[in-house]
Amino acid sequence: MWLTRPFRERSTLLFLGILLAALAMVTLLNLALPAGHPLHVSTYTVTLLGKYLSYALLAVAVDLVWGYLGILSLGHGAFFALGGYAMGMYLMRQIGDRGTYGDPILPDFMVFLDWDSLPWYWQGFDMAWFAFLMVLLAPGLLALVFGYLAFRSRVTGVYLSIITQALTFALMLAFFRNEMGFGGNNGLTDFRELLGFDLRSDATRLGLFLATGIALALGYVLCRAIVASKLGRVSVATRDAEARTRFLGYRVERFQLFVFVVSAMLAGVAGALYVPQVGIINPGEFSPIFSIEIVLWVALGGRATLYGAVIGAILVNYAKTVFTGVMPDAWLFALGGMFVLVTVLLPKGIAGLLGYRLKRKAAAPSTTTGEASA
Amino acid sequence: MSFLQSLSDRDRVFDFLAPQRSPVDVRHGPILYLEDVTVSFDGFKAIDRLNLTIDDGELRCIIGPNGAGKTTMMDIITGKTRPDCGSVWFGSRHDLLAMNEPQIASLGIGRKFQKPTVFEALTVFENLELAMAADKRILPTLTARLTGEVRERIEEVLVTIGLTELRHRPAGILSHGQKQWLEIGMLLMQRPRLLLVDEPVAGMTEQEMERTAELLTGLAGKGKQSVVVVEHDMGFVRSIARTVTVLHQGSVLAEGRMDQVSRDPRVVEVYLGADPDEEVA
Repeated sequence: MWLTRPFRERSTLLFLGILLAALAMVTLLNLALPAGHPLHVSTYTVTLLGKYLSYALLAVAVDLVWGYLGILSLGHGAFFALGGYAMGMYLMRQIGDRGTYGDPILPDFMVFLDWDSLPWYWQGFDMAWFAFLMVLLAPGLLALVFGYLAFRSRVTGVYLSIITQALTFALMLAFFRNEMGFGGNNGLTDFRELLGFDLRSDATRLGLFLATGIALALGYVLCRAIVASKLGRVSVATRDAEARTRFLGYRVERFQLFVFVVSAMLAGVAGALYVPQVGIINPGEFSPIFSIEIVLWVALGGRATLYGAVIGAILVNYAKTVFTGVMPDAWLFALGGMFVLVTVLLPKGIAGLLGYRLKRKAAAPSTTTGEASA
Repeated sequence: MSFLQSLSDRDRVFDFLAPQRSPVDVRHGPILYLEDVTVSFDGFKAIDRLNLTIDDGELRCIIGPNGAGKTTMMDIITGKTRPDCGSVWFGSRHDLLAMNEPQIASLGIGRKFQKPTVFEALTVFENLELAMAADKRILPTLTARLTGEVRERIEEVLVTIGLTELRHRPAGILSHGQKQWLEIGMLLMQRPRLLLVDEPVAGMTEQEMERTAELLTGLAGKGKQSVVVVEHDMGFVRSIARTVTVLHQGSVLAEGRMDQVSRDPRVVEVYLGADPDEEVA
C-alpha cells in the first residue's frame, strides 16, 4: 500500500515519535501540574502551540508543491483562509440566538447590515459534516480551477508565483467588502462552541491542540507517502526537467494539478484548525505578505524535506511571538535578518544542518532508497 | 486551438475508442521506409525526394555535411515535421504520416537528442523506472509498486548500459558520457523497435566513444532494436557501421559499406574534393 510506505522510513518514524512525545508531554504538563508549578504549561501556551502546529501543517502543504513540484506558490494563504472561513461560518451558525442582536439564524453582522435572510452560500453551514466537507472542497475547488487554467497554459516559474499572489490579493479585496457576506473587514468572530464543546473551556482548547497535532501527523504521512511514491518521483522530475518528463509520456499538467489540489486541501485543514484556536478569521489572512511569510518558514527550515517546513514554521512563529512581545517594531527586521543569514550560511535551511549530521552517522543506508521503495 | 484539439482528443476520454495497437509488421524486411519525401521551409528544400530503407535489426549510420537534412529527416520520422509529399512507413502496416508524436512514440520509435537530459536529483535506477513503459496516469502512478518483473527489466538495462555499480547514485554526479548511456537506457526501458540516435559521441573521450560503439552495436540485431545513428565523427562511424548512408542537400548521395562510400567520387566532392580518407577521417 502506498499510504503505509512512510511507516517504513526511519526519518518519518522519528518525526512522528518526536511529535507525539511533544503532544503527550504538553498534555501532561498542562493537566497534571498545578497552575503555580514552574513547569506547568498554561492553557494560553497550549493554544499558542496549537496555532504553531496549524502553521506547521500549512508549511508542509507549501513544501509539497514548492519543494517537490517546483511550484513557488505565493498564494497558499488563500487556501488557508478559505478553510478558515468555512470553519468560521460553521462556528457563526453555532452561536444561534446568543449573539448581541439575538437573531436565531442571522449572524450579528448580517443583522447590523439589515439583511433579512441568509445568503444561499451560508446554507448548510449549520451542519458540521457539511462545513467540514467545505473545509476541503472550497480550497480544493479553487485550486482545481486555478491550477487547471494555469498548468494547461503551461504557466510556471515566476509567472505562476505572481499570479498566485494576485489571486490571494484579489480574494482579500473581495472579502473586505461587506456585500460579500463574510463580515467585511471584521471577519467572523465571537465564536461560542464547536461540536457542542465550549470553545472557552480549557479542555476544549487542549483538545483542539491535540487535534491539530494529529492533523499535522496525518498530513505529514500523506505528503511523505506521495513523495515516496512513483508519483513523487515524477514530481521531482517535473521540477527539474519539465519538458523531458512530458517527453517520457507523463501528462505533466495533470500531475501538477493533482499535487496542487492536495496541497490546497491540506492548507484548508490547517486554516480550519487555526480559526477556533485564535477565535477570529478576517481578510487579513488573505494578505499577500502572509503568503510570502509561509514561503520564508519553509526556506528557513529547509526546502524539500517536509520536516524542515515544520521546524521552520514553529521556530519563526515562536521568534515572532517573542519579538513582537519584547520589541514589536523590530520584528520585520529580525525576520529579514534571519532569512538573509540562513540563505547565506545554511542554503539548505535548518534541515540541511540536521540532514548533514544524520547522513554522517548513517553513511550508507540512504543509497538504498530505490529498493526500499518497493 | 489547443483547446479544440483537446476536445477532439477523444481517444483519451473514452478508453474503448482508443485505437488497437497492432504489432509492427516486418515480415517484408524493412522496419522503416521513406519514399520520395520532400520538405521545404520557405522555398528551401531541406529534404528533396529522399528514399531510405532501414531493415529490421539493422544498425545504420547517416552522415553528411551541415545542412544535409539529417535532423529534418529525424523530425519527419518522429512526427515533429510534416513532409510536403512522399510517404513514411513503419513496418508495412503503419503509416507514420497519419500519426502524431505521442502515437509514433508509443509505436516504438525512440529518439535520443544531442544534449543529454536526465533527472539529476533522481538516482540512475529511478531515472530508468520513470522511463519505463507503464500506465502513466495519475492514480496508477501514485500506487505503482516496484514488482520483481520491473526490477528485473531495470537491472537488465543497467547491465546493458554498464551503470549497474552506480544505480543508486543521483544521476547528477554522472559524467557526460555516462549521462548519454543513461539516456539510451531510458529509451530502452520503453522497449523501442527503432532507436534514432543523434550525435551520441559529441564531447566524449576516446574510451567513452569505444564503450558507446560497443553499446550501439550490441543493441542492434534481429528481434531486438534497429538503430539509426546520425554522427559527424568519421572515426566513430567507421568503427560501428556496417552500412552508411551519405546525405547531401536533402537526398541520398551514396549508400553502402564505409570503405566503398568513402571512395565514391561524389562523396569525395561533397567533402570539399579532398582525399576522403584525409578530409573525412
